[in-house]
Order: sequence, then C-alpha cells, then structure tokens
Amino acid sequence: MNARERILAKLRGSLEGTTPIADDYDTALVTTPWTYAPAQRVARLRAQLEAVHGETQLTTSAEWPARVFAALAERNIDELLVSPLTLHGQQLAAQLALNKGGLRLKAYDRAVETWKDELFFHTPASLTGTLGGIAATGSLIVWPTVQEPRLMSLVPPLHIALLKASAVFDNLHEAMHTQRWSEGLPTNALLISGPSKTADIQQTLAYGAHGPKELIVLILQDA
Amino acid sequence: MPNFAALTEAPIEFKRNARAALADGQLRRNFRGAMDFLMVKRAAQFADDEECEQLRAFGNRVRARALSRLPALLEQLEARLTRNGVQVHWAESVDEANTIVHSIVAAHEAKNLIKGKSMVSEEMEMNHFLGERGVDCLESDMGEFIVQLRAEKPSHIIMPAIHLNVGQVAALFHDKLEVDYTEDVDLLIQIGRETLRRKFFEADIGVSGVNFAVAETGTLVLVENEGNGRMSTTVPPVHIAVTGIEKVVEKLRDVVPLLSLLTRSATGQPITTYVNMISGPRQADELDGPREVHLVLLDNGRTQAFADSELRQTLNCIRCGACMNHCPVYTRIGGHAYGTVYPGPIGKIMTPHMLGLEKTRELPSASSLCGACGEVCPVKIPIPSLLRRLREEAARRADAAPHHVRGQGANHSTKEGLVWKAWVKMNTSPTLYRLLTYAGTRARGLTPANIGPWTEHHAAPKLAPRTLHERVREHLGEA
Ligand code: SF4
Repeated sequence: MNARERILAKLRGSLEGTTPIADDYDTALVTTPWTYAPAQRVARLRAQLEAVHGETQLTTSAEWPARVFAALAERNIDELLVSPLTLHGQQLAAQLALNKGGLRLKAYDRAVETWKDELFFHTPASLTGTLGGIAATGSLIVWPTVQEPRLMSLVPPLHIALLKASAVFDNLHEAMHTQRWSEGLPTNALLISGPSKTADIQQTLAYGAHGPKELIVLILQDA
Repeated sequence: MPNFAALTEAPIEFKRNARAALADGQLRRNFRGAMDFLMVKRAAQFADDEECEQLRAFGNRVRARALSRLPALLEQLEARLTRNGVQVHWAESVDEANTIVHSIVAAHEAKNLIKGKSMVSEEMEMNHFLGERGVDCLESDMGEFIVQLRAEKPSHIIMPAIHLNVGQVAALFHDKLEVDYTEDVDLLIQIGRETLRRKFFEADIGVSGVNFAVAETGTLVLVENEGNGRMSTTVPPVHIAVTGIEKVVEKLRDVVPLLSLLTRSATGQPITTYVNMISGPRQADELDGPREVHLVLLDNGRTQAFADSELRQTLNCIRCGACMNHCPVYTRIGGHAYGTVYPGPIGKIMTPHMLGLEKTRELPSASSLCGACGEVCPVKIPIPSLLRRLREEAARRADAAPHHVRGQGANHSTKEGLVWKAWVKMNTSPTLYRLLTYAGTRARGLTPANIGPWTEHHAAPKLAPRTLHERVREHLGEA
C-alpha cells in the first residue's frame, strides 16, 4: 500500500458502521440577514467598499470613460493597461481618440514571462471589467480571462474596475447560485473587496501591501 | 528562546517557557493590546447573538458532514483536481511531504521558492528541510517575512508577528534591510512591498496553504488581505499547495457559511480583501498563472484524531485563531511559550496527535478550562472537553486498551493511581470511611505542611477536628 491507500484505509476503518451526515443546508441563514431592498443594494456595496478604502463612483455606460481619464489625470498617470479585445476596452479607446488625449493604452497581449519587468515596475494602472458585485460584503466578482488575465487586477498600483449596477447581488450565496458557479469555475476566480492591505505591524492598518494601493469601482447605473 | 518541539526530541517545556514569558513585560503588553483589539473587532462582526449562534451551529454541521464522508470526499477532490490538471500527492508524515515538495523542486531545478502564508508548511518545517538542501524559501506575508528576518517562528496562526511592536519592526528593518529607521507603518509596509516585489517574479516556485478544498468542483480556496497569496500562486511557473487532509468540504456552497465564520472570527472582517479560488493551472491560451499546480495532502496525526468520534471534532478547525485571541493563558504568555507550530487552545488539542503525548505532556494541562475558547470557536469544537479527554489519555496506563493517542500514559503515575484506588475503596466502604475519617480528624496535627504546587501559593489544608457525621449528630442532639 502507498500513502494514499493507507490514509484512505485508516479513514474508512474509522468510519465503519457510521452513516454519512445528511446535507441540511440552511440557505435562509446565509441569505436572509444579507438581503437588501433593490434601492439599497448599491448603497450597501459602496458603504462596505469605502469602509476598506475602496473608492466608488456612480456613473453611466456613456460617461464612465471620462471618469477614467479624470482619475488618471488627477494622479498624473499617463499609461493604462486595458484589453483592446473587450467592449469596454474598445469604448475607452474610441473615446480617447475622440478627445485626442495623451493617455497611452497598453495591452496585456502576451505571456507574462515576456514582459514581467514592465508589468511589475512600469505599469501604474489597469482597467478591467467584473462579473458582478456582492452588496453584503462589498465585493467584486472577477473571473480572469484570456483578455483580462489574473495579474491585471493585482500588480498595477491602481486598479479601476467597471461594475454594472444590475449585476450586484445581495450576498455570496445568491451570486454563486444565480451564476451557477458550481457547474464550471475558471482556472482562477476571485472576490476582491478593496485595495490590498495588512495589519501585520502592531495591528496598524496599511494599504497597498502587495497588490493595488488603490481600487476605484465605477458603477454603471444604467447597465 | 523557547524550545520548539519539532526541532528537538525533548518534551516541550511549557512551564519553563511560560515562566520566562510571564516575566517579559514588553511581550505581555504587546499581546494584551493585540488580543483586546482582535476581540473587539470580532465582537463587532457578530453583533447579532442569534445569528452568530445559528451560524456557528451551521458551521459545525457543515464540517461534521464533510468529516462524516471524508475518504469519499478526498477521492472526489482528487478526481476533480486531476481532471482540472492539478497533480495531487499524499503524505503520511511531514518527512514524506517534504520529500514530495523537494522532488518537485528538483525536477524544476528550482533554487528560489516564494511562500504565501501556510501553517501546514510550518508544521512541515519546510523552510528548514529545503534550506538544508540548498533551496531558499522566502516568506512573503508581511508578518511571516518579519518573523523570518528575525529567525523566529510565528507566534499566532493568523498574525505571525503579533508579539512585536512597531519599534521592534522598525529596528529590524533598519538592521537587516539597511533602510533608514522609521516607525511609520505605511513606510515600513512599502519597504516590505518593494523588497518582496522583485522576489515574486524571480521565484521558480510559489508555495501556499489552502483554507478550503472543494470536492465538488476541485477548487482550492485561499483567503488573504495582502495579495501575496495571489502573487505566490499566480506569478511563479509552478504552484505547490500544501494542506491537511481535513480541509476538504463537500460542495462549493459550503464555503459560504465557513468563509463568513472564518473572516469574522479571525480578524473581525466581513470578508478578506481577496478570496482566491484556484481550480487549475494556466490553460494553453491563458497569459499568466502557473503552468503546473500541485496539491500535497498531509496526514501527520490527523487520522489518529479522526479515529475517535470525540477527538475527531478537533478536525472541524478552520484555523481562525479566535480561540487563542480569547484565551487568558495565551494572552499572558504569547504563542512561543507553547513550543508548537499551532499555539493556544487549538494547538493543545491538535499537537498531541502530531507529536505524541510524550512530547506534549504539559499541553493539555496548560489551561484553566475557563471555556472561552469553546464559546467563540466558529465551528463549535468543544475544546475544554477535548483538553480533559487528552489529560485522561495522558494519565491512563500506557498499556491500557484501547489505545487512542500516541504517547498514552505519558503522565501516568503509579503513586497517583494508588491514591485514587485507595480513595475509591474508602468511599465505597462505609466502615472504612468512618474509620479513616475518624482517624484523620484525630491525627490532624500530622498532615503535611508542604503538598507540592498548592502550598507554593496557599496555606496547607487541615482536616477539621471532628467529622461531619459527628457534628451532625451533635447538632441533632444525638451525641
Ligand atoms: S479551534 Fe475553533 S476557534 Fe480555534 S482556530 Fe480552530 S476554528 Fe478557530
């Protein structure tokens, strides 16, 4: 017998004569306390995100690119990592061309190994979409894709995320159930609730530990 | 420096360590402040008592259900992960687990590992094992990084550097990283960030723990605030996750109550900044993520705890650390005094299974059984009952059957056994009882003045001049 067989045999031996406990999952317990009136949902998400230094802005599907330009200008950032293959990436590029703005758009279009140094040290900001939000905890649901790989929401010091108001769920259970996560998760799925932080030095909270120092969530009220 | 169990063969000298810790005023102030802070934060998250109690009971049921079908769930987890492209390994001992990790390291000719926070890797002494073989393991969690720079062990399972204050960290960074002395926490964290950033992409392999392993989907769930866990599991070309065999849950939705209990109990947060769900390595068209993902499932005494239905509850643990935050003993002596990787109440009920009772003989008694740990545990582990149970196992004769715990009888004393035998005899025989109590009360002048630890701080007890029976008879006028 190998280690696997020995471990399983021991566990089986210990359970001999017992019956597995039935699944009495209490959905109400993990949903009812975390349910919000439609008008409150986005407000709750914003309050929760802002409590952990996330910035949120209410905007619209036409107006959001202007918010991005403003946020970057305010921080003197002239370069943005954004996918030209997504609809929002194309919308931003079109708007930029119209404005004749000086912002440089950069694509994450090759394997990370080939441009690690640039990604880690010369990419000040990124913009990604989200799959939705969770009001109870102020979380963004992010499933990285080929267009918007995993590190896009992690490495640049400023992360701007687009969130459709209609995709804000009350709680994690509702999101998971409605979006049928258990039927097929991507290689990496994330919940992101604010910029990176730590309290490892004498319980003093500091933001920007290893991930983004700032997170701006643009909430599209009409989408 | 307290002795650490895994590094020596000698039993952990808890009492000696505790005495030294109690005399360290700085350490005590650091812990008192930190524990008060964490208790207040947790309480704020569980403002509704009823919700809290119901959720704890639910958490307990979810964990108990997973354990009630553990072998099947482990097989399902393995099958799903394998289908997803993750390689699963099994290890009975820490040596086996280290050997597995080392063989992956060797196959990639890796020289530098970067680690997210993982208590199981601490349990394995992985840094030490690989270090001896010329492989460098760097801790990337800020707390772990600080502790590693000081060549220490974590003193808390959630906040590894909780025994230090900002001045101590400032001095450490100034000394080891050659930066200007500063007590500005934001600056200190930025120094840590800059130092570690390059390391993430220089590392050949990333190592992490696992908070929940979902059998249904073959998903490893990791929670963290810093982003170092995501870095460690995303940037290096190979990711190795190490975890105990008990961490599996049946369904993805089971994560919902457990996640809420974990983050609220641990640090008083509704959720951590990141919940990282890993279900497979980088696919052919993906542009980042590790090309290889390994999971090492470790036993190391867990099957022993599992074998007994009472002790099995130990494996409900989701490693939130709330039991230590609320423990009056831990608060006063800190994590290092326990001499074990898992300190505090959970350490006292878990470590005997890992190291045997011979080495951990003082741990089950290092408690006043006040019950605070059991009251806050989010998965309702009856920690005080399990401590009593382990005391019993340590006191039973080494050859008594059934034999539940390695090192059974470590505290067995023939003298104590005889005393209790005599006590039983006396209390089950009325004649003997009367005779002995009569003799005892009359010879009260002869009772010893020194009876061990009791008389170190109390007056020695003395029998009354007359027995209770005599006094009652007298009271009723029968004398
Ligand atoms: S025993 Fe309970 S309170 Fe202690 S770490 Fe484990 S889950 Fe948390």
